[in-house]
Amino acid sequence: MMLVLLITVLMVGAVAAAVAGEWNRHLPRWIALMASAAGLLLVILLWATTSPHSVTDRQWLMDYRKEWIPSFGITFHLAVDGLSLLLLALTFFLGVLAVLCSWDEIRERTGFYYFNLLWILAGVAGVFMALDMFLFYFFWEVMLIPMYFLIGIWGSENRVYAAYKFFIFTQASGLLMFLAILGLYFIHGRDTGVYTFGYFELAETVIPFQTAFWLMLGFMIAFAVKLPVFPFHTWLPDAHGEAPTAGSLILAGLLLKTGAYGMLRFVVPMFPEVVADVALPAMVLGVAGIIYGAVMAYSQTDLKRLVAFTSVSHMGFVITGIFALNELALQGVVMQLVTHALSTGALFLTAGMIKERLHTRDIEQMGGLWGPMPQMGTIGLVFAMASLGLPGLGNFVAEFLILLGVFQAQPWIAVAAVSGLIFSAVYSLRIVGKIFLGPRRTLEAVPDFSFREMLIMAALTVSVVWLGLFPQPVIDTAKPAITELIRFMDVHSTASHHQSYVKQ
Amino acid sequence: MSNNDFSALMPLMVLAGASVLVMLLIVARLSHRVIQLVSLLLFAIAFISLLNIREMLPYEVGTLFMIDSFGTFMTGLIIFSGLVVNVFSYIYFQEKEEGPREYYVLLFLCTLGACVLALSEHFVSVFLGLEILTIGLYALIAYLRTRNHSIEAGIKYLVLAAFSSAFLLFGMALVYLQTGTMSFAGMAGVVAADSVPPLLLTGLGLMLVGLGFKLAVVPFHMWTADVYQGAPVPVTAFIATASKGGVVAAMLRFFIAIDGFRSEQLQTVLITIAIASMVAGNLLALRQRNIKRLLAYSSIAHLGYLLVAFIPGSAVVPQTVSFYLLAYFITTFAAFGVVTILSDSESDADDLVRYKALFWKHPALATILSVAMFSLAGIPLTAGFTGKFYVLTTGIGQGLWLPAVVLVLSSVVGLYYYLRVVTTLFAGTRDLLPDPPARYPVFLGISMAVLSVLTFALIWLGVYPDGVIGVVQGLQLK
Repeated sequence: MMLVLLITVLMVGAVAAAVAGEWNRHLPRWIALMASAAGLLLVILLWATTSPHSVTDRQWLMDYRKEWIPSFGITFHLAVDGLSLLLLALTFFLGVLAVLCSWDEIRERTGFYYFNLLWILAGVAGVFMALDMFLFYFFWEVMLIPMYFLIGIWGSENRVYAAYKFFIFTQASGLLMFLAILGLYFIHGRDTGVYTFGYFELAETVIPFQTAFWLMLGFMIAFAVKLPVFPFHTWLPDAHGEAPTAGSLILAGLLLKTGAYGMLRFVVPMFPEVVADVALPAMVLGVAGIIYGAVMAYSQTDLKRLVAFTSVSHMGFVITGIFALNELALQGVVMQLVTHALSTGALFLTAGMIKERLHTRDIEQMGGLWGPMPQMGTIGLVFAMASLGLPGLGNFVAEFLILLGVFQAQPWIAVAAVSGLIFSAVYSLRIVGKIFLGPRRTLEAVPDFSFREMLIMAALTVSVVWLGLFPQPVIDTAKPAITELIRFMDVHSTASHHQSYVKQ
Repeated sequence: MSNNDFSALMPLMVLAGASVLVMLLIVARLSHRVIQLVSLLLFAIAFISLLNIREMLPYEVGTLFMIDSFGTFMTGLIIFSGLVVNVFSYIYFQEKEEGPREYYVLLFLCTLGACVLALSEHFVSVFLGLEILTIGLYALIAYLRTRNHSIEAGIKYLVLAAFSSAFLLFGMALVYLQTGTMSFAGMAGVVAADSVPPLLLTGLGLMLVGLGFKLAVVPFHMWTADVYQGAPVPVTAFIATASKGGVVAAMLRFFIAIDGFRSEQLQTVLITIAIASMVAGNLLALRQRNIKRLLAYSSIAHLGYLLVAFIPGSAVVPQTVSFYLLAYFITTFAAFGVVTILSDSESDADDLVRYKALFWKHPALATILSVAMFSLAGIPLTAGFTGKFYVLTTGIGQGLWLPAVVLVLSSVVGLYYYLRVVTTLFAGTRDLLPDPPARYPVFLGISMAVLSVLTFALIWLGVYPDGVIGVVQGLQLK
């Protein structure tokens, strides 16, 4: 019931904000803040009650199931395990920050704005909990339209183009996934006579290898576009660049994570043999993304596009880690998901705050901002360091674990991936150098952090340092889910090997 | 005819009687308002009379009509369409130069024709229904006879519809020649052999041409955009829904009776038509700046989607078609309803430019139109998504992977133009000019109420369709 409540609180808040916006311009943001904060409290409560410090053997912490469209075997099935829980916590944490950072930025049509914001959060939360494939696709789509509006209405100059591109890329790939889901549904139905969209039932389906490959491709394209995996990333710099600050924060922090989550939750357990087969090409794509993203980031002059390309680079680590298919790498992937959301989110926030002050995203016009804004400079430095993977901050733990895991699987891939760390140092330092150091280019008065901004950044900084020094809670929480994944891989691959020998 | 026959045909008789009654009311020089309200009432009576025949289903009237639950559902859908069109018509026609009263007579006749189609199981009744429908439509399309577009559309429809009727008739003649009977049930017995004789195949092919024109599927779609654009908006809505619904029902009944799906050639032709309609409809809509033309091309694509559910010929086809048509009807009415309300005495609100910033001027109308667009695009939470899902399951369930993949890819193309409408609604800023006061507050209120109900139904079908799915699963085709 609590899981349903998580989604309803956001949806009710969204509608309330839209209605309240008709009367008062300021009421919606308070409603949005309360709704997302209430969600955050619920998640914390959930975490506190379900995982008492030690590692539990049970993978699923909470479960809610209700018939939805029984004629098609569709259930309203929500459940959380450690992985979902972490990402849910992230969702609501960033949700609160997104509301806070829009506080003064959004002055027009506030009701509709917060409606969209909360609706996206509801969709993302649903994606992280859904254990029915139809429901999953449903939530997957629910988050798209409000994001489209968020970019298309409140974005900057080139917003309509960016919004279209975002929508069509994600929708097209989503539809391919839907076809794959339907394929799975029918194969399962024909084999067993039970037509259902249930996750556990479909995961058991025995699929001929050739078909499995195509089905996996359907899923994989949807997730690869969302993540994004090079070369499916072209929507990302546009969408991130043009979106309002909260939009970029949610895009980078949450929407990209749904792609990784989808791979971990669906692609790997459902198609273990195919995954093992395509692991190497996928990792190569991952490394290509790492290097390409970093090089592109270095050559950008638009601050938000620059940060967007660093996302491409960091997500390259995620895909490489997932396809290393061992526990170390997967732990690193989960860490990376959380820490990337925090560090990149913070960089987007910084970009947004600078834009509010200087009215530009062009880093050539910035410079010397440390002088008037020492606080922002310090925070910017911290997150640039986090982004390049400085030990002591969360991203280091994540990337280190991934590299260790990848090294076990494919040493040469790990070697190539490490070069990404060097590139990231180059672009991170360039961010700091261009923006905060050097001679001042503008004479406008730029005020330092307000209390609200300080609050946002403090929350992010504390989290990223905490994750860097003491990552164990995250690792422990995700552990049961990952062990299960690995066990599933092993069991399945050995079983299938036997099977194929028998067949021959 | 027995008493039972009479009560089974009651809905049709109410419709036929209504057209006569309205004619008498016109002679009595009653006002537009009275006539509109009376026709509303008559539509409602026709609809209610449908509910009364539930117990006697399935019931065969002579050899002409088969009143089964599928036919009743389709008839209900068509009468409901007539009712909605009727509601939208008052505001639209009140301001126009022509006397609007005769319009309602024609509307009843067209509805009657479509209903006859949906219930018929004999070539004679199919053709009768089709002609009642089409002849009424000639006049309805060209109703605003001082406008160039209307005349053009009327002539175009007249020529092409007459042409396609000829094809249909010739096809029927060939089928009759081969089978020696004109009733579907009789044909079923004769055609049961393994092979499909060439003469029959030719006949079916020619019939397909005739029906294809009415359904506006590629390559018989040329008239669609011009007619949609030229016809008065409520009439366009009627063409898009009721007239196609009736034809689809008749076609489905016929194909299932003779089991036309087992013929490889016919299936290939249908698949080709479906694919061509989906692709061409969506591509042609891309460049449209006129919302009526855009919806015309979108309807071509949607009929293509519908064919994907139609081709498998499996047991689930009737329910899929019923559900899809229901979803499509509701969506189309929501869209055209908004267009009707925004149209004024000079011109229809068909240019997309007129929709700019609508959200900030009329949030309710803009929301309804956006929901309708999302539904046409097949985005979750709307009826269109559930409908598309139903179609895809039906298609893939019978292994029709190619049309299913084309459906998915072409609907991605479709997204672009639906989104463009939505983007236009949200573009720009609120201008501070006060709106002119509503002209017909009572009828505007009724129209808005109907629109709200439609929108609610759209979302209901998208979020919790199980009740309706239960209903359509119970539909029987005798």
